Amino acid sequence: MTVAVETRETVVHGDRVSLLRVLGPAHVWALGVGIVLVGEFTGWNFAADKGGALAALIVCWVVGLLYTSVAMIDSEVTSTVAAAGGQYAQAKHIVGPLMAFNVALFLVFAYTMLEVSDAILLGDTIVAKAGVEGLTHNSFIAATIVVLAWLNYRGVLMTLNVNFVITAIAYISIVILFFSVSPWTQGAVLKLNELVTPGNALPYGWIGVIAAFQFGIWYYLGIEGTTQAAEEVRSPARSLPYGTMAGMITLLIAAAMTWYVCASLMPWAYLGITYYPLWDAGKLTGSPLLENLLFIATLLAALASANGCINDAARAWFSLGRDRYLPSWFSAVHPKFRTPYRSILFLLPIALAFAFIADLNQAITFSILSGVLQYTFMSINIMMFRKKWPLGSIRRGYTHPFHPLPAIVLFCLCVVTFFAIFLGFGSQLIAMIAFYFLISLWFHFYRYKFVRRGDQFTMPWPKPQGY
Amino acid sequence: MSRYIPPEQSKAGQVFDIAVVVVAIFVALWLPLKLGLAGAAKSIDALDAKTWEALGQNATMASIWEKLGYTPETAHDIIQNRFHYIIDWPTLIIMAVVLIAYFVFMFRASDREYRDVINEKFDGK
Repeated sequence: MTVAVETRETVVHGDRVSLLRVLGPAHVWALGVGIVLVGEFTGWNFAADKGGALAALIVCWVVGLLYTSVAMIDSEVTSTVAAAGGQYAQAKHIVGPLMAFNVALFLVFAYTMLEVSDAILLGDTIVAKAGVEGLTHNSFIAATIVVLAWLNYRGVLMTLNVNFVITAIAYISIVILFFSVSPWTQGAVLKLNELVTPGNALPYGWIGVIAAFQFGIWYYLGIEGTTQAAEEVRSPARSLPYGTMAGMITLLIAAAMTWYVCASLMPWAYLGITYYPLWDAGKLTGSPLLENLLFIATLLAALASANGCINDAARAWFSLGRDRYLPSWFSAVHPKFRTPYRSILFLLPIALAFAFIADLNQAITFSILSGVLQYTFMSINIMMFRKKWPLGSIRRGYTHPFHPLPAIVLFCLCVVTFFAIFLGFGSQLIAMIAFYFLISLWFHFYRYKFVRRGDQFTMPWPKPQGY
Repeated sequence: MSRYIPPEQSKAGQVFDIAVVVVAIFVALWLPLKLGLAGAAKSIDALDAKTWEALGQNATMASIWEKLGYTPETAHDIIQNRFHYIIDWPTLIIMAVVLIAYFVFMFRASDREYRDVINEKFDGK
């Protein structure tokens, strides 16, 4: 593993107003972990519903391996292709325009539906806490999405500074909960042996473990979003690998602590259906302080995630406009705040609409589907990257070790996850693929005629091998 | 190689393309919800005897359910609402074929477009 000095291979976009380079590794960490940490507060536990409590632990580690591969691969490619749009810019330079168009849509769908899930969680949590009859989550959902969109509109530095603070508080609350329940002692507060028994650990057997992969993704979904900041970090070659890897380590620790505490405090059948596993864990300790802390942390985690998702989805959409894959109207940068403001505003009503018509696990499934399609692309993308530009042919900010093992592991785990989604949510998977197929035909046979050919390749690299 | 000059798109054309994308997004996400295709394929295995024992809950589990405000009657539909993992092979094969076809089309069509990009960028050298 090598980390080189700052790459100078940054992207130039003529005389247009560009995004500001103001972010450091802490912001990258805040963006990645901020998007993902909400997964510990809700979502991961649906893996227990699909396979039992032990299945949720097994997928926590195995899917952790998937995401470690994602982080390693992503760090190498993004530290070399430092452009807004993250995986979209990678696809454009390595695979081709149609793949790039699809990858951008994967990103926009994954992040927008994640934002929707966050807003629903936040609204439901407040309604559950208030306990007032007739109170609905709609106004809380609308306020969350609109206020965060405004924050993103006003500037990336402030957005990610806010994310850093609220993510850190939410993370610390998990650590406080973990140490408050005497994790080294079973029987006093935690009762893992009585709740996860040989008879109920895997209620569906090993097929349940495979099925649980679907929601196991939710432990870490979105960590790859760090790459969206590539054009706004001061030193992409340093900040992106450090921020992403630190984020992954942080999340692996949080996921393990979360599973241990929750599986030791509630029966798997309840754990699998609750929207608030950590808040419920706080309640079940009997401590009002922990209960309130975890309530606030659930809200903060949802806010941080929605905030990061708006940031990332808007940059992916913005990149599509800049390359004329979509009307160039979307590529405008705000003259004062230097943000992709039209993309932020365009995606706002879409998020609002789905927040009102979808429920939480449907929105999560939409997001997971787009995420897994994207990871499948990434496993093939890194193989093509190394083949077209072998080591030594271009300057890489970071070179990931053990190639091609991480790519093979990632691909195999993606195949398993598709099968897991088929077990219970197959219709949604087929509907989504049908959508991507049709929109791809539209792009390939119609929209692509508006795209300049050679201008899409902006990196100062030599011609790829084999072309 | 001659440089490809794309046609200028009119404002009306841009608005139309935006509308196409928005409609496609809504159809893809909203239609499965509307048709009831979204959501988990689960069903309740009903029990006649609604006791903690019959529901497979030991004393510790029962006490936690009660702490959460549930009785055996109200917990029944949660505990007995189960997935039934029966692999429907024709559907699985269709899904696999659709997925593989999608990725094959994606990479092949992308490669054709990519060759034009590289030829123009590097001027055919």
